[in-house]
Amino acid sequence: MSRPELIAPPEIYYGDTEAKKYTQNSRIQQIQAEMTYRALELLNLPPDQPAFLLDIGCGSGLSGEILEEQGHAWVGVDIAPSMLEVALEREVEGDLFLQDIGQGFGFRPGSFDGAISISVIQWLLNAETSHPSSSPPRRLTRFFTTLHSALRNPSRAVLQFYPSSDDQIQLITSIAQKAGFGGGVVVDYPNSKKAKKVFLCLFVGNGGGQQVPKGLEGEEAGERAKFEKRREREKRRKDSKKNNVKDRDWILKKKDLYRRRGKEDVPRDSQYTGRKRRPAF
Amino acid sequence: MVRLITHNLLACHVKGCNTNNFPLQFQDVQIELREADFNADFLRGFLPKIEWNALVDAARQLGDTSLPQEQPTMIDDDFLKALHHVLLEIHVEEGAMVCPNCKHVYPIASGIPNMLLAEHEIG
Ligand SMILES: C[S@@+](CC[C@H](N)C(=O)[O-])C[C@H]1O[C@@H](n2cnc3c(N)ncnc32)[C@H](O)[C@@H]1O
Ligand SMILES: [Zn+2]
Repeated sequence: MSRPELIAPPEIYYGDTEAKKYTQNSRIQQIQAEMTYRALELLNLPPDQPAFLLDIGCGSGLSGEILEEQGHAWVGVDIAPSMLEVALEREVEGDLFLQDIGQGFGFRPGSFDGAISISVIQWLLNAETSHPSSSPPRRLTRFFTTLHSALRNPSRAVLQFYPSSDDQIQLITSIAQKAGFGGGVVVDYPNSKKAKKVFLCLFVGNGGGQQVPKGLEGEEAGERAKFEKRREREKRRKDSKKNNVKDRDWILKKKDLYRRRGKEDVPRDSQYTGRKRRPAF
Repeated sequence: MVRLITHNLLACHVKGCNTNNFPLQFQDVQIELREADFNADFLRGFLPKIEWNALVDAARQLGDTSLPQEQPTMIDDDFLKALHHVLLEIHVEEGAMVCPNCKHVYPIASGIPNMLLAEHEIG
């Protein structure tokens, strides 16, 4: 199968139809979930502490749901409006931004406790236009430089991607290094054609004081079971939360309170007021 | 779903716009209030990242005056509750954010800010 990034620009490739197809495909759900769990493991966050994370190329929020399940808050950026729309429909809890990561971020220094990116940055290796500002090295440089500054010191960014050659890995790591990152590449299941996965494991500062982790060896094992368990837990969680979402009345009361406090610009009530969402955390 | 937690982290990223580019000013906004689970640990961990004056001003722009002008040194439950509401329960759904320096307008539609830049604005 030919690589999506060679077919069309991402915001075109992931149009309405593909965005839905992608998100509903249970095989894709499973693979993206497994990689997200692995990325979280490589992030090496302090245990039992809720973190504030950036999901780069968050798409429809498949990873975001896992970050939520693990108790973290997140911000997601993606260039494809249709993917973000599916994320909205799925009522993810992260704040979403329409953004081209090749243009760089505007987040203040030290904003995030970590960043993940699943199956995204291979898209940065293709020139979008003939304009010099859109050459892959320029885009990668802006991306890594502004990502580095958006992260807290120490912290990590873990980016799983699909390189098509060792030269691409070289190019990406050298630009990440120039942008100030330490760390390196982790390859899981290097000898398996199907299960092999490449993770760029980048450190800000000492990245939490460890060596670059080792890749997993042998055959992929146990991941599927973990995934199935997660779906069950998730379902139970949703069911148990259904009853305690504050209702529209509560929200309208709150708005009324604002109005009585003398705020003229309290927004009008809309059809979405009190729409049921899963609460954060 | 821009909430003040992310608005407080966001500066303008237009090429050459490096000073006075924070905080972005809200314009013509519509907000929604939605409850979120209270998590004191998360809030305590997030506190050091906050630009306090920007948060207080933004909250006032959106009609919430529950935060003290000065960041308190004593962190009690009442304060954390107010902070929780301001950071996580006010959703800006429509409108725009405008850079105080270069005046670039970042439109917000269905809660999603459009951060895309034109070719000449890319650094
Ligand atoms: C294979 S999907 C992965 C989505 C999500 N990370 C997941 O694991 O389900 C690749 C995503 O990268 C996004 N993407 C590609 N190039 C991008 C860019 N320059 N800026 C932001 N997002 C981009 C696409 O829109 C798409 O949502
Ligand atoms: Zn600006």
